[in-house]
Amino acid sequence: MVEHGDVRVVHRGGSKINFREPVISNDSSFLLCASGDCVKVFSTATEECVHDLRGHSGLVTGVRLRPSNHLQVYSCSLDGTVRLWDFTDGILIKTYVIGYPIYSIYTSANHEGVIFIVTAKSDQGSELFQLVAVQLRQCAEQVVEAREFSAVLPDVTSKPAAIDFGRGGEYIASVKAQQLEVFFFKKQKSYRFFLREDNKKGGKNTFTCVVCHPKDDCIATGHEDGKIRLWRNFNQKKEYTYSTMHWHHGAVGSLCFTPEGTNLLSGGVESVLVQWRYNQESEKDFLPRLGAAITHIVVSPDGALFCTSHSDNKITIIQSCVKVSAVIQGLVNGDGVRTDLMVDPHSKAMVLNGKPGHLQFYSLQRDKLLYNLDIVQQEYIHEEGLQQFEVVKAAFTSSGDWLATVEERQQKAADLELNLKLWAFDEQTQSFVLNTTISAPHEARITAMCFCHAAGSQTTMLVSTSKDGHFKAWQLAEAAHTQDEGSSSSWSCDFVGSYHGLVPESCCFSADGSLLAVSFQEVVTVWSPSSWELLTTLSQPPGAIRHLCFGRLSCSKYLLGATDNSLLCCWNLLTCSLEWSTAMATSLLLVDPLSENIAAFCYQAGSTDLFVFKPNEPRPLFSQKAVCSGKVNRAVFAPREEMLESCEESSQWLNRSQLYFLTPYMDLMTFSTKAEEDKLMASSKQLVIDDSIAMTPFSLLLGKHRQQQENQDPLSVLSAERSPLPQGSAAIKELLQTPAHVLPSTSFLCSLFVQSLLISVTDSREEDKHVEEEMESDKENSDEEMESGTSRPEGGSVVDQYVHAADRPLTKAQIREVRRVKKLDQGWMSNILDT
Amino acid sequence: MASSCAPRGNVTTLNKFSLLGSSWSKTVFPIGTEMASFKPTKVQVYPKLGEKVTQDTLYWKNYKAPVQIKEFGAITNIDVSPVAPHNFAVTAFTRIHIYGAFSQEPVKTYTRFKDTAYCGRFRADGQLLVAGCEDSVVRLFDVSGKVALRMFKGHTKAVHVTDFTSDRYQILTGSDDYTCRLWDMPNTTELNRYQEHTDYIRCGVTSKLNRDLFITGSYDHTLKVFDARMEKSVMTMDHGHPVESLLLYPSEGLLVSAGGRYVKIWDLLKGGQPLVSLKNHHKTVTSLCLSSNGQRLLSGSLDRHVKVYSTTNYKVVHNFDYAASILSLALAPDDESIVVGMTNGILSMKHRKNPEDSKEVIQQRRRPSYRFFVKGKNYVPKQDDYLVSKPVKQHLAKYDKQLKKFNVSQALDTALETWVRFRKPEVMVAVIKELDRRGTLKNALAGRDEQGLSQLLNFLVGNLVDPRFAPVLVTTAEMILDIYQSVIGQSPVVDRQLLRLQDLLEREIDYQQELLEVLGMLDTMFASSLPRKQVPCSAVSRSNGLAQREAGTQLPAT
Repeated sequence: MVEHGDVRVVHRGGSKINFREPVISNDSSFLLCASGDCVKVFSTATEECVHDLRGHSGLVTGVRLRPSNHLQVYSCSLDGTVRLWDFTDGILIKTYVIGYPIYSIYTSANHEGVIFIVTAKSDQGSELFQLVAVQLRQCAEQVVEAREFSAVLPDVTSKPAAIDFGRGGEYIASVKAQQLEVFFFKKQKSYRFFLREDNKKGGKNTFTCVVCHPKDDCIATGHEDGKIRLWRNFNQKKEYTYSTMHWHHGAVGSLCFTPEGTNLLSGGVESVLVQWRYNQESEKDFLPRLGAAITHIVVSPDGALFCTSHSDNKITIIQSCVKVSAVIQGLVNGDGVRTDLMVDPHSKAMVLNGKPGHLQFYSLQRDKLLYNLDIVQQEYIHEEGLQQFEVVKAAFTSSGDWLATVEERQQKAADLELNLKLWAFDEQTQSFVLNTTISAPHEARITAMCFCHAAGSQTTMLVSTSKDGHFKAWQLAEAAHTQDEGSSSSWSCDFVGSYHGLVPESCCFSADGSLLAVSFQEVVTVWSPSSWELLTTLSQPPGAIRHLCFGRLSCSKYLLGATDNSLLCCWNLLTCSLEWSTAMATSLLLVDPLSENIAAFCYQAGSTDLFVFKPNEPRPLFSQKAVCSGKVNRAVFAPREEMLESCEESSQWLNRSQLYFLTPYMDLMTFSTKAEEDKLMASSKQLVIDDSIAMTPFSLLLGKHRQQQENQDPLSVLSAERSPLPQGSAAIKELLQTPAHVLPSTSFLCSLFVQSLLISVTDSREEDKHVEEEMESDKENSDEEMESGTSRPEGGSVVDQYVHAADRPLTKAQIREVRRVKKLDQGWMSNILDT
Repeated sequence: MASSCAPRGNVTTLNKFSLLGSSWSKTVFPIGTEMASFKPTKVQVYPKLGEKVTQDTLYWKNYKAPVQIKEFGAITNIDVSPVAPHNFAVTAFTRIHIYGAFSQEPVKTYTRFKDTAYCGRFRADGQLLVAGCEDSVVRLFDVSGKVALRMFKGHTKAVHVTDFTSDRYQILTGSDDYTCRLWDMPNTTELNRYQEHTDYIRCGVTSKLNRDLFITGSYDHTLKVFDARMEKSVMTMDHGHPVESLLLYPSEGLLVSAGGRYVKIWDLLKGGQPLVSLKNHHKTVTSLCLSSNGQRLLSGSLDRHVKVYSTTNYKVVHNFDYAASILSLALAPDDESIVVGMTNGILSMKHRKNPEDSKEVIQQRRRPSYRFFVKGKNYVPKQDDYLVSKPVKQHLAKYDKQLKKFNVSQALDTALETWVRFRKPEVMVAVIKELDRRGTLKNALAGRDEQGLSQLLNFLVGNLVDPRFAPVLVTTAEMILDIYQSVIGQSPVVDRQLLRLQDLLEREIDYQQELLEVLGMLDTMFASSLPRKQVPCSAVSRSNGLAQREAGTQLPAT
């Protein structure tokens, strides 16, 4: 197969933002978090992503503020480097090469020029980790090789929450399993405290996290059984004490002291933020229902903002423990994607199941979660080991007016609980409104579901196939006789079909909606939805058919099926015979809704290959080996907002729509062409703003507005017939922007300045007259020719001349003079600095 | 191959479901707003079972609570006076009481009977009242007097039927001596005697349009139409059962007879052709009555029901339940009240609700002044004002409040309370479902005392076999048995409940088995009756097979 150079697989958003604890800048206006290979800078006020700090080539495993400069931040990564960034501007300042994968990073104000990192002890045995202090050399180079290592703690875990610095960096506390270790830097001595493996009640004593009081000698540790222990007097082996606080019923996920140490915050799987008063442990405040299990808690340096990361890839910003002020939500991909990937035709967002019981609408263009649609509408109980309702299937009509969802809950002993819900799109609120709930639509699990795609047909039809051996057609029934009750229409069952008691595996409607194909193990049955007649059966044994799809547009006479014994078959429906078949272990068959193309993901030897083909052509349009490792089970064709005009054959299939897929590790990938990347690069260059203003959409808007105004200026000047101030000229700008203390004395500059003004005025007057003459002649011209269009370019050129004329006097000797003066002065300044 | 059968599963339509924060036009804090609120337990809306609300049910339900009066014996007859104020003559035991339209005490009482009185009836002008008696004497009373004006002696056995003819001067009587006679009122002489029935005559009716026509019904299963000018009966109809009651339509073209479990309608103008036979009661129908506009027919029966039929299609449109077997039934003009007499001697009077009454009650409630509502509503904040928005308080049901606090036992208790009060099993089932989902149903069920457990069992007995709730409640019942099996035998109350539950389940199992048998029978019938349809499979599979050979695989088609 030919590898196509210009189409490549790229990572497209949706990466985790809850992997490591976020960092809040000193002024509480920015929030930094590790996200995949980059560090994202969010504005705490608007939730917008301000910068992506890109540069690492591996997963970023830690972000810490530089204690000596609060506008700089360290980040460490598995690629073995620590990078120092200026996060307000998004500039990489320095790269320290460590050489080993780094799992977390710590800094302390007490240790100037030293960072603490956690690395694996040896390259092979990655189970053991050690805390290492790295001396950072001062030098001017961009890339620095760090060599001065000194081991601090020999046996730690790689979890960043398991290590914390004590009061003012005097000691460091680390937990591992049932052991707490405190290392005092001054004495160079460490104390270890052990807990028994299991106490009497059977609770687990394992440490989960540790945090030190900022002002007091106190260490708080969280435990697997939900207890929080406060350790005191730990600078000796014998007489240490601890007190226990217990509220959490699951493991304590994270602990954090407020900057003054007055409160202790804790969170866990219950998704309740608990605020304990320090020294008054009986008093607690709660902030319940934060949505998902809390994994990290961070408090801003001024104590005004709390920030919690959650297991559903979300960061919540809380104002003074009472109000959720902002939510930064990433793509939720917790345990797995049960639904197919879909594209909502209205918002063009990718849809998949997200939070438990919800469907998430994720904008691919903006890489941002638009909203969650609550499907189950039940209170989610945050407790481990509970079986809750999950959204397992969803389908949109091609117009996007209807959404069908299936939720199920399987308890160990009890029956399967199934609900089929149909949602109507409400134009007014731009959201989906529940129309019909069908409880127990089938007796067993639903295997596939699809809507009739016909654009022109009056009735909307949904077909669901189930393990109980039936497929059912649901139809929207106009309820004419119940008009007085106010309900306009609801869904009801139209037809129940079965075939020899076999289990239907997949179903598919033809493009015009006139045929329905349902696969019953090895047999494909083709039905006519209008009369519910079995038209024909097709089969290609052995091997049950897993995926079915009809061709589109010119290939609509073909029906494709992929069997589980690696055969891809294509039937011609006009002759009811097999057109072709090929051996291919297809894991996913996907139709592009906008073209004839069909994408087949094939799983072979541990990695997935992609083939894009048209059913009527023998040669695939595109093929790529080893798109990713593992099996691809979810993919979608997302229509592009504007068509690409790529003429290269290998990338033409990406012109109308873009192919996204989810890897087994829940990374969202896509295929991108060279032209597209070039375009992206160009647009990103345009977007660079030199000011240090946060690049919000608002500022972009304003900036554009200002540019427009500037463009219009010369014209308005012309209409007012006033002499322009020479603002636009480079020299004046330079003059005004140079700091006052490096400029020569005002008396020296003033005469020059005034002179320049004088000259320009006389010049422009002459020009004015010239313009007036020209204008008059223009009028005459237009009178003669009755066509003003031809005269315009002349006028425009006149304006150009005019503007140039205004600049002209300053571009000569004066500018040179000013520059010379400036240069001189700077040299003088640098001399002072050097001495 | 393809079987099309009725769709299964409950289909529920929900009108408008507001989705908080799910609109994407306001994506500012959709997730934040969603998070802060507790999602209440969803009580599933089940499709409504039972009777539909129609105009008729509304009309016939619009009566006040019944006034009940205890009489001395079974009330055999009720007759409404044709003139205002439309008093009732209630014949019970040896007395006839006259009740006013709204009085609970009798206006007048006739007690001069030697034995049980029968069939007290008013004359068309409401001035005279006639009644038969067990002692075979027929007595005529003036409505203002107490002593009988006339006594008609001649029958040899108890007289159960008396009526005035439409010329007002003759009396019809029917007796257990198988005869019916016509009497002249002024001189108490017997005018005619018909001895055609071969059993007791227990009902009779005179024509309101013709002075000479009258109809009698007898226990010999026949209805006979007599003309006083003829020697013999002019028409005989066979009802098939002992006839208990007769009714003529106002037009007198149709005749209604009740006997046994049947109500039959006869067309007199077609020579007594039976029109309809209604079998809606499961015990003997004893009384008939027509609504004032003639559109509805009412029948009372020993099965304690009064059924209302439409006279256009003879379908039951409404049903009243009473405490005892019904012997007599009457409707006041304009259906102002329904009066029913029962075997246990209780007279039940239902009066129509007055539309003005309900309005007055509402008006009596004092309303807060308008200014109270407007207060502060039209205040416009000034420019520098800092707006503090009050958080919207979410209203939660009592059980939801408990669920929010994870008080599972209390949540179940409150739900049970609502069931006791409103008889809404949906709420209770929803709460049980929610507890089961939370994995705490066992905790909620455990640790109950005798009273709590018996209440719970009471609920189960009431709703376990309802197919809508059965999946949830069966697991609940199993859990209860698991938890409390160690204490069985300690409390007689609980044991009795458990026995009831067992009984119920056994009956249900029998019932299900029968249903399955019926289904099996139906299946065989359908299978044998449906024509065998040829599916065009053979040709297709052949072409399929060819294609396969071309493709190079060797396995045959199915």
